[in-house]
Amino acid sequence: MIKIERRDETSNLIYFLTPVLAIFLTLVTGAIIFYLLGFKPLEALKFFFITPISDLYGLSELLVKATPLCLIAIGLSFCFKSNNWNIGAEGQLTFGGIVGGGVALLFYNHEGFYVLPLIILAGAIGGMVFAMIPAILKIYFNTNEILVSLMLVYVSKLLLDYLVVGPWSNPEGFNFPETRQFNDSARLPVLFEGLRIHAGIFIALVSVFLAWIVLFKTYLGFQIKVSGLSLKTAKYAGFKGKTMILLVFMVSGACAGLAGVGEITGPIGQLHRMISPEYGFTAIIVAFLGRLNPIGIVFASLIVALTYLGAETAQIFLQVPKYTGQVFQGMILFFLLASDFLLFFRIKFLGFKKYEY
Amino acid sequence: MYKYFLRLLASVLLLLGFSMSANAEFKVGFVYVGPTGDHGWTYQHDEGRKAVEAAGIKTTYVESVPEGADAERVIRQLAQSGHDLIFTTSFGYMDPTNKVAKDFPNVKFEHATGYKREHSNVSTYSARFYEGRTLLGHMAGKMTKTNVIGYIASFPIPEVIRGINAMTLAAQKVNPNIKTKIVWVFTWYDPGKESEAAQALIDQGADIIMQHTDSTAPVQVAEKAGVWSFGQASDMQRFAPKSILTSIIDDWAPYYVERSIAARDGTWKQQNTWHGLKEGMVAMAPYNSAMGSGLVKEVEKLQKDLASGKAHSFTGPIYDQKGNLLVAEGKVADDGMLAGMSVYVKGVEGDIPK
Repeated sequence: MIKIERRDETSNLIYFLTPVLAIFLTLVTGAIIFYLLGFKPLEALKFFFITPISDLYGLSELLVKATPLCLIAIGLSFCFKSNNWNIGAEGQLTFGGIVGGGVALLFYNHEGFYVLPLIILAGAIGGMVFAMIPAILKIYFNTNEILVSLMLVYVSKLLLDYLVVGPWSNPEGFNFPETRQFNDSARLPVLFEGLRIHAGIFIALVSVFLAWIVLFKTYLGFQIKVSGLSLKTAKYAGFKGKTMILLVFMVSGACAGLAGVGEITGPIGQLHRMISPEYGFTAIIVAFLGRLNPIGIVFASLIVALTYLGAETAQIFLQVPKYTGQVFQGMILFFLLASDFLLFFRIKFLGFKKYEY
Repeated sequence: MYKYFLRLLASVLLLLGFSMSANAEFKVGFVYVGPTGDHGWTYQHDEGRKAVEAAGIKTTYVESVPEGADAERVIRQLAQSGHDLIFTTSFGYMDPTNKVAKDFPNVKFEHATGYKREHSNVSTYSARFYEGRTLLGHMAGKMTKTNVIGYIASFPIPEVIRGINAMTLAAQKVNPNIKTKIVWVFTWYDPGKESEAAQALIDQGADIIMQHTDSTAPVQVAEKAGVWSFGQASDMQRFAPKSILTSIIDDWAPYYVERSIAARDGTWKQQNTWHGLKEGMVAMAPYNSAMGSGLVKEVEKLQKDLASGKAHSFTGPIYDQKGNLLVAEGKVADDGMLAGMSVYVKGVEGDIPK
């Protein structure tokens, strides 16, 4: 007989060390998988995790990839900490991109310092408004925010499809589904000549800092934390639950919108159908891997970004299938959840004695 | 401890540097938009890559590269890691390809289906798929009983419009009563959407299903419904053995081998390639004997004539939907007109989405 019991107390240190353990287990399992696929495990791991960031360009690419993941995950941590399950960051990102991109097209051929800030603001507001839909429906109609936010992803993606194929398509572009290239005044400046790392990273870093202050130093952060631990306690304490639901969704949507607008004004430079390779979904892994903690999320976003780069490098040098990147992401999450389970629960082997109720 | 770590890091970097620069062998890289097992577009490009490999040249590929911010990094990584010639096989790689080409003047780049050649080391290439559509149109016109031809289209770009027009013109020639019905799915690959589109067209009376999308879903729907269909990109016969009359095959192998050898031997020059049946970049899968040996012979003859230049897919008189003359009698459309084609010919139903 096996019995599962909740542990009385868990160590805080171990709570933050388990992600490291999960990564270690992923590496070991990854090595075994590479071996079974017929690759030299250490060589494959080297190409996966070291080669991609062994030069300046690689490091810059890592940050380019980690920036949207970090931003979205920071926003999601507000939702997840307070027990609001916003699964639709991808949609909020897309809608932010649409609104920001719309402003960029509106100011096509305008030079002026105000263009870029306007675009970024529009993107944040776009994402925020889009995230308010599931929040308001949850507050007033008690709908399930998981379903609503997820379904809205498809709404925004189809809207983007419609816009880039039809009204917003490049008039000189032979009907290809993309808008014009934005003007330089609508682009986030590149930080170093020859590299793609752009000013979007500062937006992400500022968000991390603000999130840390709000979550750990303000009354609002305290409310969010308490609601996450126990909704009933929060109610007895007299916290305004509805306002908080709306607020965390707004923060989360604004962050996703910023990520979207950062992509289109950063590395992409126009609107088309593929502005995000599902960053909004991957950021969910990042948020949990980072323990919903702003600093943790910074590290988690770098690690998950590395799995993307690594998958490409490993395929280039060893022809390892590209999808190993996703396998690694999945394994990290799996090991993290598994160690969490063991962290909070204990498994007792009771032998084959007669079980007493 | 810190110093030790630095030394370790330095030696690792040095080692990596050596292992990368020591490799001076001629290599060709490929960037794919889908997985190599899609049985359509990417699958055929990978068949081409295998032919290059068989010719004794080392190749590398990266599959499922999104057409967004990631493409530039992958192309750059291939250039940086010692690839001498890089094929980027989707339209969305156009700007990233040109951008990377600027920074690597000694690496050659080949971009499929695009129109930008901003640097002397960028070539573009595409196939005259419309010649294959002409053959499909001939068969469709002869085989249809309902006189409704269903066409699943991806995006209203010139390449797709050209295919619709070429097919319609050829079908009208053998059967003036035919109508072409189009469903736009706005995707290159989405089995769900494509099969819904096929079903919708069949419900509207189409007994021929044709696709300018890459999945095998439409031919499978056609097989189930008992109507005729045509495969796309690769020979899809085994997915719908009864229904498929033939498939238009994209055969990139000869081109890839030729360009790879040219790049290796130093004879590679920038060019804009548009090859068709003549050069073999467009090929036809075996014709289904269910259409009768007479029709098969007719189509085979037409195929030969298109290849030799005796016949042309766009021979005048050609009128647009409103009845304006596009190509005069006795003339054929020139490549400039074909490349920018953005109106339907007479006989196509509906409007081009704007």
